Amino acid sequence: MRLVTWLSLALITLAALSLLVGAADLRAAFAQDGRAALIFWGSRVPRTLAVMLSGAALAVSGVVMQQILRNKFVEPGTVGTGESAALGLLAVTIFAPDAAIWVKMLAASVAGLAGTAVFLRLIRAIPSRDVLMVPLVGLIWSGVLGAVVLHIGWQTDLIQLVTVWLMTGEFSGVIAGRYELLWIAGAATVLALLAADRFAILGLGHGLATGLGLRPAVVVRLGLVVVAVVTAMVMATVGMVPFVGLVVPNIVSRIMGDNLRKSLLVTALGGASLLLICDIIGRLVIHPYEVPVGTVLGIIGAVLFLWLLWRAPALG
Amino acid sequence: MIKVQALSHRIGRAEILADIDLALPEGKITALIGPNGAGKSTLLSLIARLMPVQAGQISVKGLDVAQTPTRDLAQVMAVLPQSPSVSSRLRVAELVGFGRWPYHQGRPSAEDHAQVAKALEVFALTALGPRFLDELSGGQRQRAHLAMAFAQATDWLLLDEPLAALDMAHARALMQQLSALRNGGRSTLMVLHDINFAAAWADHIVAMKAGRIVAEGPPAEVLTPAVLEALYDTPLRVEWFEGRPLVLYHL
Repeated sequence: MRLVTWLSLALITLAALSLLVGAADLRAAFAQDGRAALIFWGSRVPRTLAVMLSGAALAVSGVVMQQILRNKFVEPGTVGTGESAALGLLAVTIFAPDAAIWVKMLAASVAGLAGTAVFLRLIRAIPSRDVLMVPLVGLIWSGVLGAVVLHIGWQTDLIQLVTVWLMTGEFSGVIAGRYELLWIAGAATVLALLAADRFAILGLGHGLATGLGLRPAVVVRLGLVVVAVVTAMVMATVGMVPFVGLVVPNIVSRIMGDNLRKSLLVTALGGASLLLICDIIGRLVIHPYEVPVGTVLGIIGAVLFLWLLWRAPALG
Repeated sequence: MIKVQALSHRIGRAEILADIDLALPEGKITALIGPNGAGKSTLLSLIARLMPVQAGQISVKGLDVAQTPTRDLAQVMAVLPQSPSVSSRLRVAELVGFGRWPYHQGRPSAEDHAQVAKALEVFALTALGPRFLDELSGGQRQRAHLAMAFAQATDWLLLDEPLAALDMAHARALMQQLSALRNGGRSTLMVLHDINFAAAWADHIVAMKAGRIVAEGPPAEVLTPAVLEALYDTPLRVEWFEGRPLVLYHL
């Protein structure tokens, strides 16, 4: 409980900082009528919210994916969810370019769901229970899907759009009216938080979970929906954001274990905080220009991950 | 009572179980014995609804396992699959706490907490309660799983080779615990590898071979040289010790 309080305080501080940092000088803007309010409500608040929603949603969907696969080294970004969602989005863009936004998002989510379900099938067909086999197959699967998306994008002159989705995510384009889809990712995250016990029991394995009166297949389906929706919304709004779903759940698991009822909220707060730190750093390092959050996260995430692996033997 | 009628099971072309009929009595410890590949674990898994029934019918206390909502079944029988491997970092008390989940679905009452505390105590795990499972020995982990099944407080306890990871003292302690439960009117169905544990503790023995039941009854009737030599395809001696059969298969 103390951890939740600390993280909440940290997140509030970071959010306040995020509202004050950016290319435009808020103090100078106050001199002009209404400009400060426009910058504040039109850009800073949406951006801060977008980062927090994405971070929390990605971290939680990382946990969900890890519970489904019973493997700590996977996240939606490494099992093909993002790439297959991009494939769905690309298909709608090509065949029904005028479709309503919700149709596009539905297509992305459904495609993300299908791509992840195919991955689960693949994993089941592989007899080896080697821990590293699952993430390796996931990387290959997402690589294949990514290549298909790039190829189609190339052939249809949509390569620019495709690279925005698949390349490292960044939040500089977020303004009011262009991030609201992330609230759907937020809603999916809340759903996962409410089902925390079910995902925790799923992690005990199908045999024990069934014995406890859970229907594992139903929980897996719920988890896949959460993961697909979150990935599709984040991917379509800001692009793929790596590492959050991998690093945050692993750190939280080391510290407090996998009783998700207690830890999932911490994971969500941790994900939001980590992404916000990275986004603020990205805005500051070459101010007034920006480094994409994905790049900052790549560096910080890699260091954190190495640290995790380094410490692994000591903590068993 | 657990009733199995005309149960058959195949995996691919291989016939795992062939036309099994069984009626397992309540208030007894029933042991499933037989050589490797006899279908014991498959039978237990089918009764425990861990696999879908392909042909035939199974009911536990009158509830058809294929039809009854799984949550209702979780309040009638607790299941411990063979060597469960929990990859989650859970504390012992948290794992045992999940045994109460079929009842509270996330909102444990005082009664649930009391049952968990009792299960921890019975399996000598109270001191290990706050420890993570991945920091324990195989035997301690196995006891934590047993405590979880125990906390589920069901009439039936289905255990697949529960002694596998336990040392002598804990194996005997578990059998004593099961027999205390039996004296309280509860029932156990277990796959047992060590036939002498079956001989010493079971009330009812079901001997399986090649997917069929070859003998069924109290230990004195089933654990005879004639039955066992045919069952395991190996010569052995059966002595009597304190009124129970003792199988000398290792000499």
